[in-house]
Amino acid sequence: MTEFFQTIGMTYEWAWFVATICGILLIALPLMLAVAMIIYVDRKIWAAMALRRGPNVVGPFGLLQSFADGLKVFLQETIIPSAANKGLFLIAPIITFTVALLAWAVIPFNSGAILADINVGLLYVLAISSLGVYGTVIAGWASNSKYPFFSAMRASAQMISYEVSIGFILICVVLWAGSFNMGEIVEAQKSHVWIINGFVANPLLFPMWVMFLISGMAETQRAPFDLTEAESELVAGYQTEYSSMSFALYWLGEYANVLLMCALNATLFFGGYLPPLDIPVLYLVPGWLWLFAKIFFFFFVFSWVKATVPRYRYDQLMRLGWKVFLPVSLGFVVVVSGYLMYTGHFA
Amino acid sequence: MIQVIAFYLFATLTIAAGALTILARNPVHSVLWLIVAFFNAAGLMVLAGAEFIAMLLVIVYVGAVAVLFLFVVMMLDIDFAELRAGFVKNFPLGLLLAIVLVCELVLGIGAERAGGIQLGTPDGTAATAAGASNIEAIGALLYSKYLFLFEAAGIILLVAMIGAIVLTHRQRGGVRGQNISRQVARRPEDATVNMQPEVGKGVQL
Repeated sequence: MTEFFQTIGMTYEWAWFVATICGILLIALPLMLAVAMIIYVDRKIWAAMALRRGPNVVGPFGLLQSFADGLKVFLQETIIPSAANKGLFLIAPIITFTVALLAWAVIPFNSGAILADINVGLLYVLAISSLGVYGTVIAGWASNSKYPFFSAMRASAQMISYEVSIGFILICVVLWAGSFNMGEIVEAQKSHVWIINGFVANPLLFPMWVMFLISGMAETQRAPFDLTEAESELVAGYQTEYSSMSFALYWLGEYANVLLMCALNATLFFGGYLPPLDIPVLYLVPGWLWLFAKIFFFFFVFSWVKATVPRYRYDQLMRLGWKVFLPVSLGFVVVVSGYLMYTGHFA
Repeated sequence: MIQVIAFYLFATLTIAAGALTILARNPVHSVLWLIVAFFNAAGLMVLAGAEFIAMLLVIVYVGAVAVLFLFVVMMLDIDFAELRAGFVKNFPLGLLLAIVLVCELVLGIGAERAGGIQLGTPDGTAATAAGASNIEAIGALLYSKYLFLFEAAGIILLVAMIGAIVLTHRQRGGVRGQNISRQVARRPEDATVNMQPEVGKGVQL
């Protein structure tokens, strides 16, 4: 895109600048639309599993439900508790929302179609996901209310715990791909096992993917790990005191994060924009379509789990993170790197 | 042009956030300003071409260390009057520390001017090996030339971790814990008995 702007007569720097802004808008605006629609999808799947109809009144098949909800929330009054720390109270949802959008910069949508093709792509994703906790913690503290504070404590402990094992899982992927660059990680999965594109077909990486999926649910605080907003204990968790648009920002940020986790599952273990099988006919379908299909599949899995699995108890959550996932993923780092050294993968 | 704008933006924000860290009255605000300073320092490192260090700074300091800071500070019940009294008492110590830091900075800049250390090439481009990315360059150095130092650092961290666990570990009696594997291994046959007691007779459990 930079070349295009250069042909209009901009210098390289400004062409790059304008092209990047356009790229950001090209990702962020469809993402917002996708979040609105995926909330609808989530509710529909959830309803179907509970033998209900789900949203079906606003627009055809209830498709416009999310927009109606958004409009309703937009028109509500923003209430700031008098005892709250005003500045931080308002900044917290903005942080959550911004951070949820930031990591999309390094997701490859097609070969070469990546906003920021940096060689530390995966580390960038880790860095951004570690920022996500601030939106929650600041909200909990700034609300100056007990339930949000409890929730913030839970959220930070939970996210730090699962980030550790996610880090080890990603190291296995990086070792096998030989790069931190997201595009190269996807390319490394091309006919990884026989004609299957994707690390998931690898018997050493398949358990890592299972753990990544579960850790991803814990990291995005989705059911069955939604202890931060366990309504039976904490009212609505860290967003108890929020109303109107600031509440909506949490909502959007949460779903953008879930979509990101689905995209990471697809990109790191299921071959991203590559078709599932390395057959020439399948490459006729554009890459972004494959990626979107995979994201949608994982979102279905997330919704499915949300609709069927009961919530974990907090000590069970901590046990799973520290006593099961951490030792197993650490063990797999040793096994994977040992196997790769033995087979001369690094030569 | 854009690099210059970005540099001055990040540099100004780093210094401003650093100043606000010590000027903020509320300790939670202080920690948050510190995080902003870390973040902008990471931005500066990206500009200098050290993207690996920048990412590590964000992951380790912003993502883990500062969260724990925030965790602790938020739960503290801070008495501001007591804090002020401590300020006067600790002022000479702080002053000494500041002087030492200034001396180190001056020495460092002096050494760099004298050409003592080769941090980067003079034209400002990053001093990585040609054709190798940041991570590869650091990895190649760390696991060859500085292998023993690296391992020593690892052992020190391990000892620190074990020390922290030993210091905070306590055995609590009388807690009914859960043994997950025992629960999973339990079958209906172990837990239930089918009985048909006669009328008027109880069941021996």
